[in-house]
Amino acid sequence: MENRLKKSAANRHWRWFANHLASVLAVGATVVVIAPLVAIFIDLVYKGASSLDLNFFTKIPAPVGETGGGMANSIVGSAVLLGLASLLGIPVGIAAGIYLAEYGRGAKLSNVVRFTADVLNGVPSIVMGIAIYALLVAPMKGFSAFAGGVVLGIMMVPTVARTTEEMLLMVPHAVREAALGLGVPAWRSTLSITLRTALPGVITGCMLAFARVAGETAPLLFTAFGNQFWSMRLDQPISALPLQIYVYALSPYDEWHRLAWAGSLVLIALIVISVALVRYVTTRGTLKGAG
Amino acid sequence: MGVGIEVNSLNAWYGANHTLQDITLHIPANEATALIGPSGCGKSTFVRCLNRMHETNPIAKVTGEVKVGGQDIYAETSAVEVRRRIGMVFQRPNPFPTMSIYDNVASGLRLNGFRNRRVLDDVVHKSLESAALWDEVKDDLKKKSGASLSGGQQQRLCIARALAVDPEVLLMDEPASALDPVSTAKIEDLIFQLKSQYTIVIVTHNMQQAARVAERTGFFLNGKLVEFDSTHKIFTNPGDKRTEDYITGRFG
Amino acid sequence: MADSTFRWLMLACALSVFVIVALIATELVKSSQLTLAKFGIKFFFGSAWDPVSENFGALPFVYGTLVSSLVALVIAVPLAVGVAVFLTEMCPKSLRGVLSFLTELLAAIPSVVYGLWAIFVLVPLLRTYVDPLLIKLLGWTGLFVAPDFGIGMFAAGVILAIMILPIISSLTREVMTAVPHAQREAVLALGATRWEMIRMGVLRNARIGIVGSIILGLGRALGETMAVAMVIGSSPTISKSLLAPASTMASVIANEFAEAADDTYRSALIEIGLALFLVTIVVNVCARLLVWAVTRGAPARVT
Repeated sequence: MENRLKKSAANRHWRWFANHLASVLAVGATVVVIAPLVAIFIDLVYKGASSLDLNFFTKIPAPVGETGGGMANSIVGSAVLLGLASLLGIPVGIAAGIYLAEYGRGAKLSNVVRFTADVLNGVPSIVMGIAIYALLVAPMKGFSAFAGGVVLGIMMVPTVARTTEEMLLMVPHAVREAALGLGVPAWRSTLSITLRTALPGVITGCMLAFARVAGETAPLLFTAFGNQFWSMRLDQPISALPLQIYVYALSPYDEWHRLAWAGSLVLIALIVISVALVRYVTTRGTLKGAG
Repeated sequence: MGVGIEVNSLNAWYGANHTLQDITLHIPANEATALIGPSGCGKSTFVRCLNRMHETNPIAKVTGEVKVGGQDIYAETSAVEVRRRIGMVFQRPNPFPTMSIYDNVASGLRLNGFRNRRVLDDVVHKSLESAALWDEVKDDLKKKSGASLSGGQQQRLCIARALAVDPEVLLMDEPASALDPVSTAKIEDLIFQLKSQYTIVIVTHNMQQAARVAERTGFFLNGKLVEFDSTHKIFTNPGDKRTEDYITGRFG
Repeated sequence: MADSTFRWLMLACALSVFVIVALIATELVKSSQLTLAKFGIKFFFGSAWDPVSENFGALPFVYGTLVSSLVALVIAVPLAVGVAVFLTEMCPKSLRGVLSFLTELLAAIPSVVYGLWAIFVLVPLLRTYVDPLLIKLLGWTGLFVAPDFGIGMFAAGVILAIMILPIISSLTREVMTAVPHAQREAVLALGATRWEMIRMGVLRNARIGIVGSIILGLGRALGETMAVAMVIGSSPTISKSLLAPASTMASVIANEFAEAADDTYRSALIEIGLALFLVTIVVNVCARLLVWAVTRGAPARVT
């Protein structure tokens, strides 16, 4: 071949420059992305921690102009809603996951179910909220904790199902075969042995779903609606932490703004702990017994 | 024309693993040199040191001198130009699946800033001819993707791609081991033809292949170069007992 | 309990996802009958939103949703791909775990907390430093004109960008990691710089998946409610300037549903919800198909 590539100095310099520019931009992007995160956490701690006193955790909102109020009813309300949601979403989700992993493996139906679950995850939560409003609130002529629990529970199902399936698939066949070899009926073996083996992973999947719905506000706007007073009745409106934060954030009162920051700090703390735990369990691979 | 390669006291590590120990040899220009040895003997590592691909692994380390055409390739900090001058063909063909045959061959040229349509056409044509692939693909250059060819064709495409940037040396790491016998024969014929223009270093675990294509052969064992001589001598009258054991199939 | 009973029980729960989707769809359609019948398709092309005279045109909200999502994508995509490239190809292994955990954390922050931070920190920042700069430099385009109160379409776009960034970034990282190592080596062996290797050997091969992750991010942006509702200004108008207040489909439902006293008003809002439902489903289906095509199996953890 005759035309030996001539070393073009300009070309080399441009390529070297482009290479360095790309590195700089990539690092820059990472910094720009991490910055808001750091900023948010600093603000949360700075603005929120000072308002976290005993009152915050024990008192209901004070009337406008008075200090000393808290978000106790919102914390309890969130607990009630999440309890209801978990009661609905976790069993259904785990069962769906069991079906996908143990009975429907490879079947066309499973693929469609899986796909639908993923798509369902992408439906805006506010849309879920209105749908449940139409289903439960309008006919019952009133907002209720029950409706709030239902919508949050429904939102948990796809996430719990998918992570349960993933965790169950990681349990080695040998475990199932050993159980069957002992003469244990299939359903029993699935629950007591396969599921138990995958339990740490399944639990963390539930926590992931839990953490996600714990922060949801939009669907509660038309279901649980919010409540300024103590209430734990399922057929009445109930307060929730994210709801109350929303109301306080949009209000014109400084005192309420402070409470909004405090509430956000509590909410974030809850979520961060869940996410960190999930990471710990899944990356350390401490699926006891699974391999 | 190809150039000679001089290796002096080359040592290589993967982390704590001393994979190459004190290798010294001279690879003649415009010849094919085969490197043989059992699995894990370091022949692939050696070849990857010749175009500084070894150092792409973060735990890799190299000391020693490798002179290609009189220039120490480790003297410069950037390996980019080194790799342009020393082409490589891998064990498994790895054409770019998202590019057409034409774009695959032209990729190296485009990286070096060549945009002129006629120059690219010309080089692509010549490279594919040198790789004995032109006749089979000339009608589908831009229509077919690089990955749509058969295994043997893909490998010749990779050879064409490497030749397009006008290297002086062509390194081939077990280029035919993933191919069928017919394709393997085609690749071996190709090496015969390419020898006149390039210096070829071929790693192979197939001793018959080494005997067929290479003028010189080196035998590696446990990271050391045991023997390096003319192919004829290695296979008929090896100087070292270990070489003889390997040739006669007593191990590896 | 017999094995078959158990199996049917599990199957029923698996099928519940279909039931849920069908439920949502039917309830939305049922409850928006009033306006569906009254306005038909013109509902989405009318630009007058007047609850008092019962004249409902949802165009301002469609416009708001599209523009705010577009602004979010323009800001988020380069940053997300940049982060993905850094974490996958350039980052030292020791840092990778920490940084990827931090970006995951961004995805875990609830929308309302983003909104809170946006109102009290981001918006004043934009109003004081960024917006005047944009007005000065880009005012000639008509996209950034005074008056500027900080809140508005642009602020909503910025906070949306921060929120969709983690999804795009983590999926992009996944598809980039799925590219075989042999492709990277092939490019390097030709004599390429690291960036050229990334560009030609990784990004090029992963581009279908990256497009899928961008569409997924879009899907998330379309439906985001709280943070947007808190900073967009809630004005049912269409303006050329991005600094003007606006409204999105999700934000108008959040802001006005509680006050919607009569059935027609509620029906109009629910119809907007129906449209949002359909659009996000279509977008998500397209995105999932693209990502699935590259990674051969939809990832479970991306919500």
